[in-house]
Amino acid sequence: MTKTVLIVDDEPNIVLSVAFLMKREGHTVLTASDGQEALETLVATSPDLMILDVMMPRKNGFEVCSEVRVNADPRIARMPILMLTAKGREAEMKKGLSLGADAYITKPFSTHELVAKVNELLARSSTADAQA
Amino acid sequence: MLGPKVIVVCALLYLGLLFAIAYWADRRADRKRSVISSPTVYALSLAVYCTAWTYYGSVGRAAASGIGFLPIYLGPTLIAALWGTLLLKMVRVSKAQRITSIADFIASRYGKSQVLGGIVTVIAVLGVVPYIALQLKAISQSVTIMQSYPLVNDTGVVAAIPILQDTALYVALALAAFTILFGTRHLDASERHEGMVAAIAFESIVKLVAFLSVGVFATFVLHDGFVDVFDKAAAAGVMKTMTVASAGGYGNWFSLTLLAALAVMMLPRQFQVAVVENSDESHLRRAVWMFPLYLLLINIFVIPIALAGQLTFAGTAVDADTFVLTLPIAHGQALLSLLVFIGGLSAATGMVIVETIALSTMVCNDLVMPGLLGRWKRIPPPSDFSQLLLRIRRGAIVVILLLGYLYFRFAGEAYALVSIGLISFAAVAQFAPAMIIGLYWRGGTHAGALAGLLCGFGIWLYTLLLPSFAKSGWLPAGFLEHGPFGIALLRPQELFGLSGLNEITHCLFWSMTFNIGAYLYFSMRRQPNVNEATQATLFVDVLKHERPFGVALWRGKAEVHELSRLAERFLGVERARYAFARFADQREVESVDQLPADAETVHFAETLLAGAIGSASSRVMVASVTAEEALGLDEVLDILDEASQIRAYSRELEQKSQELEAATGELKAANEQLKEIDRVKDDFMSSVTHELRTPLASIRAFSEILQDDPRIELEQRRHFLEIIVSETKRLSRLVNQVLDLAKIESDNADWHTEDVDLGELIREGAESTAQLFAERGARVICEVPAEPCVVTADHDRLMQVLVNLLSNAVKFAPQGGGVVRIILQAHGRNFRVSVIDNGPGIAIPDQRHIFERFRQGSGGTEKPVGTGLGLPISRRIIGHLGGRIWVESRPGKGATFIFELPVNDGA
Repeated sequence: MTKTVLIVDDEPNIVLSVAFLMKREGHTVLTASDGQEALETLVATSPDLMILDVMMPRKNGFEVCSEVRVNADPRIARMPILMLTAKGREAEMKKGLSLGADAYITKPFSTHELVAKVNELLARSSTADAQA
Repeated sequence: MLGPKVIVVCALLYLGLLFAIAYWADRRADRKRSVISSPTVYALSLAVYCTAWTYYGSVGRAAASGIGFLPIYLGPTLIAALWGTLLLKMVRVSKAQRITSIADFIASRYGKSQVLGGIVTVIAVLGVVPYIALQLKAISQSVTIMQSYPLVNDTGVVAAIPILQDTALYVALALAAFTILFGTRHLDASERHEGMVAAIAFESIVKLVAFLSVGVFATFVLHDGFVDVFDKAAAAGVMKTMTVASAGGYGNWFSLTLLAALAVMMLPRQFQVAVVENSDESHLRRAVWMFPLYLLLINIFVIPIALAGQLTFAGTAVDADTFVLTLPIAHGQALLSLLVFIGGLSAATGMVIVETIALSTMVCNDLVMPGLLGRWKRIPPPSDFSQLLLRIRRGAIVVILLLGYLYFRFAGEAYALVSIGLISFAAVAQFAPAMIIGLYWRGGTHAGALAGLLCGFGIWLYTLLLPSFAKSGWLPAGFLEHGPFGIALLRPQELFGLSGLNEITHCLFWSMTFNIGAYLYFSMRRQPNVNEATQATLFVDVLKHERPFGVALWRGKAEVHELSRLAERFLGVERARYAFARFADQREVESVDQLPADAETVHFAETLLAGAIGSASSRVMVASVTAEEALGLDEVLDILDEASQIRAYSRELEQKSQELEAATGELKAANEQLKEIDRVKDDFMSSVTHELRTPLASIRAFSEILQDDPRIELEQRRHFLEIIVSETKRLSRLVNQVLDLAKIESDNADWHTEDVDLGELIREGAESTAQLFAERGARVICEVPAEPCVVTADHDRLMQVLVNLLSNAVKFAPQGGGVVRIILQAHGRNFRVSVIDNGPGIAIPDQRHIFERFRQGSGGTEKPVGTGLGLPISRRIIGHLGGRIWVESRPGKGATFIFELPVNDGA
């Protein structure tokens, strides 16, 4: 069963490369170039996972993350979030995880690691869904 | 009722009472329970200023000239306001130096000069003897009046009485005996005469009460109060015009006020009670108001008594100088007249006792001692002459009083009471320049003081004393009228043709002119020598020092036992040993033998001796038993400087701690600033890393994708490779700009400033960005004036700014329809370049941050390509070139970036 992945980043080249990787894994890809757009797409499409940048115009990744986690729709609220960001400090990573991100990968990233993490998160969430 | 015996018995009983008070006070002092350690007693003792002259003479003067008696009291009242500093200085200097008299004070100030001390003593004795004569005259006159009670106008003629039957002679002898008892019980003149002061304070109360009693009697008993007295006097035609003009005019008024102001400080007896007898500096504070108050009280009834006297004795020959006494007698008030007599006796005896003690000290220490010391250089002196010194003083007391008596007997009739007093005032006023200027000016020298005193005294002799002799018939009257040898210019009372002044004002004017003139002239002819400079500093700076530091100003060899033997000879064995033992205690050594023979010990011995024989003689004596090395002027000044440095040091410490606090505060602020800078740097580093990571991420991702899958379609593969290349370019651009910014910020950039024509620059800039504009389909319009617009700038850096602004403008311009205008114009002393685009504009809040690092404009839908360092670098470049750069924009209406640079007009 194909999964839908939402890629949120203001760097078009990052979006392009990540989208390529996800498609190669057989996932359906949605994109957004800032936080606000991401939330709108999220509500409209309810994807299975979100890859989220932090430094973006209009609404940053941390804000998006915490809003997702309090969303009324449990499917959205429990959606796995993978933060993919150039903010590489320990404190920032902890902040992202405590705001509800399921994984945190810093740029520049290993494509293999990213793909593996995405698949792991998708598998874990579908197991959880099955149990629920 | 009041027979001659009653009068004499009363007078003797009163003197006995005074002596009892003095004895009691001395005993109390010996038991360290001083009665004079009270500011009120001190202030009352100053009222010794009010003599029989005040007591009887003021009324006489008021009867003759209205308010003419007042300046004698206005002067002291006015100068009392200065006591807080002037008198305080005198007191503190005298304490530190154990000054014994005014002669000692002046001698000490000008290098402990024996000559000056002697001159001052001579002037004081000659000047004050008439004043003492005046007191004798007052006492004998009052005794005569009382004896002839109730007759009031039989005053008799003194010269007709044989000397041995003259009351005044016996009065003089009685006072001499009394003064000896009071004043010479101890030798050490600088040790206070507590008994004497207590008696004087008591006398001040008695004379005030007596005078007020007569005043109340004349005003409220004989008449119905002040208004009634004045009304009746006016009706009887004896009322004087109470104005300054009728009292001799403002010139005389002023000079008398000045004279009295100086006299109250310079009279030997005033110096004695105010300075030598002062037991506590703080007493001055009460004296400053209480002494003037006393003067006010004792003057309130002067005019009513004078008027009442004139009303009572209209048409008789009663002398107005006797009204105070004759008024109660004429109205049959026996007890009141006895009280008045006692009051007058108080005023006279108080003055005579204190004045004679002060003068005898001066005669002994400053006239006789130097003579004896000179003689003893040839003939060995006796081993103990403390008794000899006492005998000298006692002899001086007798001689001075006899001189007073002789003056009274032979010259006293020539003048009214007031005039005699003023002659004395004018004599002692000659001390004022050397005293007062010497307390505030370091430049005064021995020669200056000597010349000033001699000139002033000479003028006084010539213009005041000789005329008084002439008026007494001892000199031909022609001397006054035509001048000596008929030289009119030298007429004693119209010297150098100066006429129209009364004799006192005339004398004061000329004597002060010559006195001050000579003092200043001779002082300024040469620098003060070592002794003078040392003493000048001790006197002038006395208020700056916590304690005297004469100590360190001596260097040489001394033997302690020589010093103590010297002291024993002058003070007596017992007193000298006691003083040395106390000093040994102070210095915390076990016995006198263990005292170190250092500067401090020598200084102690010298001041101890100074208390007995005056500072000048003491210095000579101490020098005779020690081997003092001469200190150079430089050394003395160094030592004095050191002392002031120590004081300065503690002030400095305090200042330092304040500075430290301030520095701590500054440090805190600097630390905060550093933290802020650190935070900014951190943010910058974090931003830089972020900006570096982003292109790196793309490069790595696409590289890995290409590596993993060699079968990717050619088209896609090429696209990915292009991205890698462009991201790599972006990366290097960023690295370059970070380095560039760092270079400019740390001032390490090379600047090649030259004349740059902005018009030319704009054309070049437009050309170099033409490609970029073409790609975005945008147009550039240059509006540049024809004439050159030259600024001083680094051409390449300025070009960097312009290209940055142009590429920003085209970046934000709408795709395909972008128009960018570059306008160059003069604006005051600057040229202004504006780059105007038609893009989305910049939100107002963003405008403030747009020039900060990594704050890129976010207006476009598409993320603009840029590093976020272009504008910060541009701002620094323009700032470095002395101009400024800013942005004006309204969202939706495009943005205008403007920079200005100062015009280079070749100046």
